[in-house]
Amino acid sequence: MAEIRVENLLKQFGSFTAVRDTSFTVQDGDFFCLLGPSGCGKTTTLRMVAGLELPSSGSILLDGEDVTFKRARERDIAMVFQLFALYPHMNVRRNIAFPLVSVGTPKPEIQRRVEEAARMLRIEHLLDSPVSGLSGGDRQRVALGRALVRQPKAFMMDEPLGALDAEFRHIMCGELRAMHDRLKATTVYVTHDQLEAMSMANVIAVMNGGRVEQLGSPQDIYDRPASIFVAEFIGSPAMNLLRFEGAVEPNASELGLGGVPVAIPASREGRASGPLALGVRPEHVALVSEGGIRGKVVGTEYLGTTQIVTVGTAHGAVKARVSSAQTLSPDELVGLELRSAKLSLFAGDTGKVIRSALHEAPHAASRHRKTMNSPHAPGAAHV
Amino acid sequence: MSEVALKGLTKRFGAVSAIEDVSLTIGDGEFIVLLGPTGAGKTTLLRLAAGLDHHDTGQVLIDGHDVTREPPAARDVTFVFQQYSLYPHLSVYDNLAFPLRSPLRRTPEPEIRRIVHDVAELLRIADKLQNRATHLSGGQMQRVAIGRALVRRPAIALMDEPLSSLDAKLRADLRIELKRIQQELGATLLYVTHDQIEAMTLATRVGVIREGRLVQLGTPREIYENPADTYVAGRLGHPPINLLSRRLFPDLAAPGAAATIGVRTEHLDIARANDRRRAGPVGTVTWIEHLGDQNHIHVAIEDETTVSLVDPDTPLAVGDLVSVGLRAPLFFDGKGARVQA
Repeated sequence: MAEIRVENLLKQFGSFTAVRDTSFTVQDGDFFCLLGPSGCGKTTTLRMVAGLELPSSGSILLDGEDVTFKRARERDIAMVFQLFALYPHMNVRRNIAFPLVSVGTPKPEIQRRVEEAARMLRIEHLLDSPVSGLSGGDRQRVALGRALVRQPKAFMMDEPLGALDAEFRHIMCGELRAMHDRLKATTVYVTHDQLEAMSMANVIAVMNGGRVEQLGSPQDIYDRPASIFVAEFIGSPAMNLLRFEGAVEPNASELGLGGVPVAIPASREGRASGPLALGVRPEHVALVSEGGIRGKVVGTEYLGTTQIVTVGTAHGAVKARVSSAQTLSPDELVGLELRSAKLSLFAGDTGKVIRSALHEAPHAASRHRKTMNSPHAPGAAHV
Repeated sequence: MSEVALKGLTKRFGAVSAIEDVSLTIGDGEFIVLLGPTGAGKTTLLRLAAGLDHHDTGQVLIDGHDVTREPPAARDVTFVFQQYSLYPHLSVYDNLAFPLRSPLRRTPEPEIRRIVHDVAELLRIADKLQNRATHLSGGQMQRVAIGRALVRRPAIALMDEPLSSLDAKLRADLRIELKRIQQELGATLLYVTHDQIEAMTLATRVGVIREGRLVQLGTPREIYENPADTYVAGRLGHPPINLLSRRLFPDLAAPGAAATIGVRTEHLDIARANDRRRAGPVGTVTWIEHLGDQNHIHVAIEDETTVSLVDPDTPLAVGDLVSVGLRAPLFFDGKGARVQA
């Protein structure tokens, strides 16, 4: 059980800066996701926390103790990799027992802990099988078992489900989360898959270009993206961005989009005239026959109960998630109505969100999320 | 473009039956998507239609003409593979013109120029015509491959998971493009995939393939709303349909043969058990997935698990007891076949 504090971490490889000025705190018992595209610095950050890389500057504290320059094996952190590194010549039991055998744990103790880990992962029946014949999922369970058995202070997981197929990945997400709920062990999980992060984490750090772009609960990041990058990275389909030129008055509650008035959450900062982007989630766009922002239907995608309708507008293509009972045909002219209370407005040049009443709304997710702690409240979301 | 019919196709590899008595008619201008997991026989079926493999029994008819004995080149079909197979030493223009210059077709050069420019316009790569094919991004290369398959207006274009090697965002963009191009050209397409989203969004009709058999054929809506068995019900819809034992719902009116109840995640109503607004079994919330636009609530009822979609603002927590109500249930017998209510 551990709290992990990362302060002003910087990592340079030659002239390339992989991680710059990154600070965050992982609370004891958090399921913390580092989420971002390839090359954003998420794995490098994880490896520094685990002690597999040394930072160029900054510090890492484990339960208040500075471990920045301690070796990996002195940190009491277990690591799980994407490629399950198992010993092919050993059976499941010996693979799981390996970390205990190597530190000289007494035999009865090893047996007890291996069986406990196997029970937790539901692989008791495989303990005496060779690892070579196992399915991908079972191999990953064995790899997890080897991390579990050490009873470390924290788990570091680097895309542990990346090699599994989509259906199975989702099942494993459920298992990992259930395991976390039982053990309550601090977990730092690296992934580029936003759905994985959304479904498992209670805190997500979205990384981009070596920096943490936003830190918050999944719902907070989804509802209130701090930047255009986050808006486009989270959600499937992603948040729509309607680009236009204009100025924002402080306290403005309406915008003109090519002459069409659009109500927005009251703005809390002003901006001189320049490029702007209005962000709206597909489920907050309604299609109407009269009025609204006019556009032409480009295509519809049936998804069962809902459909995604792509509409071409003067501000770019917009995707709407509407009931599949609504009939729409290609080239049909429609109006877009946006759900005002949910809109985000971004500065087109810096990509940063323009703060508004949206950012003062009560924190929806924290009410029914036991593990959400106050340090991650919206006010502290920017790193 | 024309009608293509597969009649009673069977293909065995040794003792393994890869395709078992598949009949399917692809109408002129239709976009049929065959959906199934790896190893279901989708690719084999496509290769039989193309003439790349030979079937053991059955017929392939193009416009009523039996082409079973004809080689691929004589069948007037085109094929797009998962990996963009462009000629690396040729420009985009020459790649697109290649099928038109085939000695079998002998299209005059001015005509070729016109067609290639039209197609490039449609594919939104008109500015890339002089580029070497290998100097394009993955999405552009696959667009060229798709364009090349459609440019000479074959009787049918056969596509084998053409989008699966692209990343998620590009795949979503190209999906819409492909549908638009197919509609504008009125092209006839037979397309195979294991991705249910592609099947639902692209197809005029979806064929669900299981172990070499065509188990159901219908519009995406028919298949989603009216699946023939539990297998088909589970292939479409995400999260997948809940399949629950009949015994969990003793008060529900159901046909006598019903052993399993299928209920889509959006048709499972859950309410805190102490609200007691509706009857029905009581379960425990085991996991809440926050996906932004909606939450997936996982509920355990006895030893079975269900998933329900709820609005993100619904105040529920792990461990809460909830009552479970069903809307629009589907019934299946002990073997998984659909029983009409």
